[in-house]
Amino acid sequence: MNLKMAQQLRPSKSASKKPKIDWSRREEADNFAHTVKLYRQGKIDHDNFRRFRLQHGAYGTRMTDDYAMVRIKIPAGQIYPHQLEKIAQLSEMYSIGSAHVSTRENVQLHWVVLEDVSEIMHGLADVGLTSREACGNTVRNVMCSPLSGVCNDEEFDATPYAIATARFLLRNPLNQSLPRKFKFNFSCCEKHGMTRIVDVGLIPQIRKLDDSTKQHGFKIFLGGGLGNKSFVGHQLEDFTPEEDLLYTSIAVLQIFDRIGDRKNMARNRMRYLVNEMGWDKFKNLVLKERTIVRATQSVIIRLNIDKKSNEIKRPISVSSENGSIPDGYARWLKTTTYKQKQEGYRAVFVTLESGDITANQLRAMADVTKDFSAEGFARNGFSQDIILRYVHESELPKLYSRLLEVGLANSGSLTMASAVGCSGTSSCNLALTNSHRLAKEIQRKFLELKLDEDDDLRDATIKISGCPNSCGQHEIATIGFFGGGARVGKDMYPNYSMSLGGRFDDKSMLGVTCMRVPVKRTIHVILKIIELYKKNKQSDDTLSRWIDRIVHGNESSEIKSVKDMQKILSPLVIPPSKDDDPDFYADYGSDTSYHTVTGKGECAA
Amino acid sequence: MCSLSNEITHPTVDVDAIRSKINDISVRLIDVRREEDYNQGHIPNAVNLPLASLLSGDSPESTVKLFEELGIADDTKVVVYDDTFGALASRVAWTLQYIGHKNVALLEVTYSQWKELGLKTSTEKPNIKSAKHSLNLNPEIMATAEYLEKAKEKDNVVLIDNRERLNFLEQHIPGSINIPYRTLATDGKILRTKESMKNLLKNRGIPEDAEIITYCGSVGTLSGLAYYALKSIGVPNVKLYVNSFKEWKKLEKPIGKQENAAYWDLSAE
Ligand code: HEM
Ligand code: SF4
Repeated sequence: MNLKMAQQLRPSKSASKKPKIDWSRREEADNFAHTVKLYRQGKIDHDNFRRFRLQHGAYGTRMTDDYAMVRIKIPAGQIYPHQLEKIAQLSEMYSIGSAHVSTRENVQLHWVVLEDVSEIMHGLADVGLTSREACGNTVRNVMCSPLSGVCNDEEFDATPYAIATARFLLRNPLNQSLPRKFKFNFSCCEKHGMTRIVDVGLIPQIRKLDDSTKQHGFKIFLGGGLGNKSFVGHQLEDFTPEEDLLYTSIAVLQIFDRIGDRKNMARNRMRYLVNEMGWDKFKNLVLKERTIVRATQSVIIRLNIDKKSNEIKRPISVSSENGSIPDGYARWLKTTTYKQKQEGYRAVFVTLESGDITANQLRAMADVTKDFSAEGFARNGFSQDIILRYVHESELPKLYSRLLEVGLANSGSLTMASAVGCSGTSSCNLALTNSHRLAKEIQRKFLELKLDEDDDLRDATIKISGCPNSCGQHEIATIGFFGGGARVGKDMYPNYSMSLGGRFDDKSMLGVTCMRVPVKRTIHVILKIIELYKKNKQSDDTLSRWIDRIVHGNESSEIKSVKDMQKILSPLVIPPSKDDDPDFYADYGSDTSYHTVTGKGECAA
Repeated sequence: MCSLSNEITHPTVDVDAIRSKINDISVRLIDVRREEDYNQGHIPNAVNLPLASLLSGDSPESTVKLFEELGIADDTKVVVYDDTFGALASRVAWTLQYIGHKNVALLEVTYSQWKELGLKTSTEKPNIKSAKHSLNLNPEIMATAEYLEKAKEKDNVVLIDNRERLNFLEQHIPGSINIPYRTLATDGKILRTKESMKNLLKNRGIPEDAEIITYCGSVGTLSGLAYYALKSIGVPNVKLYVNSFKEWKKLEKPIGKQENAAYWDLSAE
């Protein structure tokens, strides 16, 4: 049978739009296969192999050397239909039949046999994707707000800059062996990006010059980051013109590379450097370095910014039947869609439980992207979700029906209901608790109680990490949790540390530790907090504002401080005896008694 | 790969070859789907053999009789297809080889894919004249639990589990490695190319001269596909553990497990 015929076997309705950039290099796949061989034969030692593996985007897996997690980089989160289809196929062939959309716009395949990683890399090369520098001490996936280009509050679209930055840095010698991982986040506006919790965060800005011409540039934040110890980033200067974007990035990377701590793995993200040196000193160093970079570049290097705007073309309506609108449409419309600045279009946020999506759902996402998005691709978000933009308002009921058919029409993606959970004990070596499952349980409970429809809760967030390392970003959540263990006598149970009042907007701050909450009481405690809020709220209040006042000591009702909150909640967290309630002692997803086991973590590698 | 020759190691038959042989009476097409599905349409001149009918046969003799009734003689060229990734079809193909039939191949696509290609289907049932078939058992392609238990301790024996990854992590025969059946296919075809199949084995460090035993969940279908994929690239010594993990568990043999990880919670099912 000829090739053409073979392709017809998988019929594609509308032509799928293709990306302009190929991020892959096929020879890296063969090289990976070869290196795995050498490692298995004992010709490469474990540490060197690990460095190599991480550089190529493959993490270790909980309690085993035989499996890896492959992290597929999606620069600026921009993902095309044929790429979604390919990832679906790869997940069935080499992983667990589901993929995971991460908080940094990556897509991850878990429980991959180490020897099969190269096959995945080949598959990714077929569609122009790479896992290179997705892990390890490199510049990780360059993020961009999923609303960039459609946000009502943005000054201009940062997407081309994010992509150009990713393109400049990928495989660049500058970033192959930094003291530690390094993250760039571009936003659209103050609200929709996470610019103050990364090494370099950027918000687009336009400045009017004296001659009334307009200049594009950025507000740049440096030295933020989450982890065992977290920091909020500092703004470098009032305005950084776009010409200086690259020079500033290079300057910061060079400083970090030169004087960053290479010994103490636990404290060597750039934020520690900034903290130890003091912000003013660090800032001056960056500004000085930038002058040198600007002056000494032998050839002018420039970001290759593709400012041609994407073609916006409404797909031909797929079905003409104007059947009845299925139940739940109004709720879905209200809690998952965002009115774009472009008249008549909305962005639809598809929520996934803890970011997990089956192969068939990925294929369905590819199909709806082709059939409904006028820009022809989707964007990964930073809440483990996938965003379909440029959906014409008249097509929304039809899109809802299609998503409903494949189990992707959960409501609440833009509300407190869509909890974020890191991988936890489902695959991570360092995990102490099953944060992944807890996030799913919370989301299910919220939807069951229809809390996603409550406007008071809308702008609050719940985020969960399975250990203090913050991959679930718990510190920037209104209610955040990180996992640990506790014991009654000799019986252990999973126990979360709860923090309140974290936020990641222009008033970014880390949550304030409130108390410890046993896993099987987390949902009770969250619901109790909501109940207390309802009792004490002011008119026109929201949960996050109320909590904000509490953590700042500005609240006037019965709960004036985090301490008061703790006192009221404490009866809920008293452990029952094991005989009375054995379930209390087991984590979600496990029917045996809880015990902590961890392997060697690779966050620093 | 394209002709209907009479090698036992012959893998798949392409769509064009079948289209041109539909009316050739020396070729017998077997459709391994349920009778209702077959009745609603099948490749012209195909005969129906639901897997359940095959499995209900309790002896090689009754199996031979079943094939005789489908008009299959010793020298009939048989081509099998299904609509289940080729897994049921390969189980039928394995059975034919087990009773000593030499010339059997799989259609390279499933019935759905055949239809998607816009190729001809029919609801007409062919007239079948029953034939004579001899019985020459081929025990070297069959593994029993007892055999497997001993063999897997040997050096040059590789045991492959073809179930999905999560099922494997949860329970498997100790010492087995996992190649999910989906790994064996490629875009729009039930089997990968010979070259990429060889590459998969090379990456996994499975020598082609090893004795390979495949198994899956219950009756040797998914592992039948793996058996077939391996045979088709010329691996000489492949055996199917027909009764697979279901029997292994019933016999209360030892079971391996990936401990201390909640991998099921990563699935979006
Ligand atoms: C000490 C070790 C580690 C630290 C300090 C750490 C820190 C972090 C932080 C702060 C994030 C938040 C994302 C952001 O910056 O916006 C993150 C993301 C993530 N981490 Fe870790 N991590 C560690 C180890 C691990 C390990 C061992 C795994 C499991 C293999 C893991 C898996 C993830 C995942 C899945 C994400 C989601 C986002 C992404 O695509 O990068 N982390 N990590
Ligand atoms: S927060 Fe802890 S448990 Fe969660 S992924 Fe990171 S290291 Fe693993």
